[in-house]
Amino acid sequence: MADSAPLRRGRLSLRQVFAAPLAIAVLSTVGLISALAGDGIWDMLSWLTLAIPVAVILYYWLRRP
Amino acid sequence: MRARTIKTWHLVHTWTSLVCTLFLLMLCVTGLPIIFYEEIDHASGNVPDLPALEGNASPVGADAIVAAAQQLYPGEQVKYLIWDEDDPNLIYTSLQGPQSPPDEFRVLAFDGRTGNLLQEPNYNSGFMYVMLALHIDMFAGLPGALFLGFMGLLFVASIVSGTVLYAPFMRKLTFGTVRHGKASRAKWLDLHNLLGVVTLAWVLVVGATGVINTLAEPVLALWRDDQLAEMTAPYQGKPPLEQLGSLNRAVATARAVIPGMTPDFVAFPGTAFSTPHHYMVAMHGNAPLTARLIQPVLVDAETGALTETRALPWYVATLLISQPLHFGDYGGMPLKIIWAILDIVTIVVLGSGLYLSLARRRSSIELEIAELERAEARLAAQ
Repeated sequence: MADSAPLRRGRLSLRQVFAAPLAIAVLSTVGLISALAGDGIWDMLSWLTLAIPVAVILYYWLRRP
Repeated sequence: MRARTIKTWHLVHTWTSLVCTLFLLMLCVTGLPIIFYEEIDHASGNVPDLPALEGNASPVGADAIVAAAQQLYPGEQVKYLIWDEDDPNLIYTSLQGPQSPPDEFRVLAFDGRTGNLLQEPNYNSGFMYVMLALHIDMFAGLPGALFLGFMGLLFVASIVSGTVLYAPFMRKLTFGTVRHGKASRAKWLDLHNLLGVVTLAWVLVVGATGVINTLAEPVLALWRDDQLAEMTAPYQGKPPLEQLGSLNRAVATARAVIPGMTPDFVAFPGTAFSTPHHYMVAMHGNAPLTARLIQPVLVDAETGALTETRALPWYVATLLISQPLHFGDYGGMPLKIIWAILDIVTIVVLGSGLYLSLARRRSSIELEIAELERAEARLAAQ
């Protein structure tokens, strides 16, 4: 990436690159299924887990270096 | 990852996205009001309120509702009777005349305690009708639905290839990096990657279940030719019924066969869900999942006796579970709001992708590929 100042000197491993996205994907999947499984607490679990992507986007988009 | 491999995935990502993006943008925009279909329907006065009654009112029964509907429109026939999912005293019938187009119904809403007509809701025109028609088949029937299903498949391919490409891009950036200070291309590339990767699971599920939903008509046809035909085989070749028997009795039969379930709707003889000789009483469970998985009970429309009932085969069950997972209407208002936000995020991912592929500059992926090719050449030279 010659057109940008890399934030890290070394290269990240595949595991490092996908650690956060994978965790978010697993939690999202739990949320997608939990609201189907039941009402009440199961719905709340889905709201919490599926709000994570939204919160992560807001955090990184609005964060200024 | 080798440079050639990255190049191939990049090609897949670019072309699958380019072909499907405009249709996906249309689907995301029309999908946004559809998430709130129920609320909009209520707010626009298309859902009747049940009047308060004094004392304990008992249901007048399905037969009385059917008779009231037939009396109002003698030239048309009742095709379906549907119990409202929130209030079983709100009962809908849908009617069709002999000349009606197959997917155009007259819907009547009745008070199940008095048999009085409450309202004739409109499902055949208006804003939400247009949104739904565009979203489901673009007014083009089965070919339109299947076309959108194909666009959805391309979308899934572009999500998968985009995820593969995420790796070479992010090798030197920490998760969540947005290069605000840089050229707007770099910034939008970062946002495209960030928004795309954190919504990955949701968008894959909504995309894939959307594709499954486009197959609704073929799936139903399969069920008709396979299980429905098997269950009602003894009736084949019988002359059509002169007069329909009691629906009350048919519903009572279905309730007795599956005591733990509630009637959801009845498909009348001659409809797509039944045969010329049967009432198909669709029963549903009471948990979020079982409420969607109906169990069809086929009842002889003349005698009211049970013909057969079978659990739905896997392909219909898959279709029925795909519907809530696509529309997000299974976890209350907070889930709908999250659905809407993620829908808007998807619009941003699609829009930024379009911008990135149209902006005529050597893109970062190409620079990355060039760098990898140089490294490979160095290795080969050694």
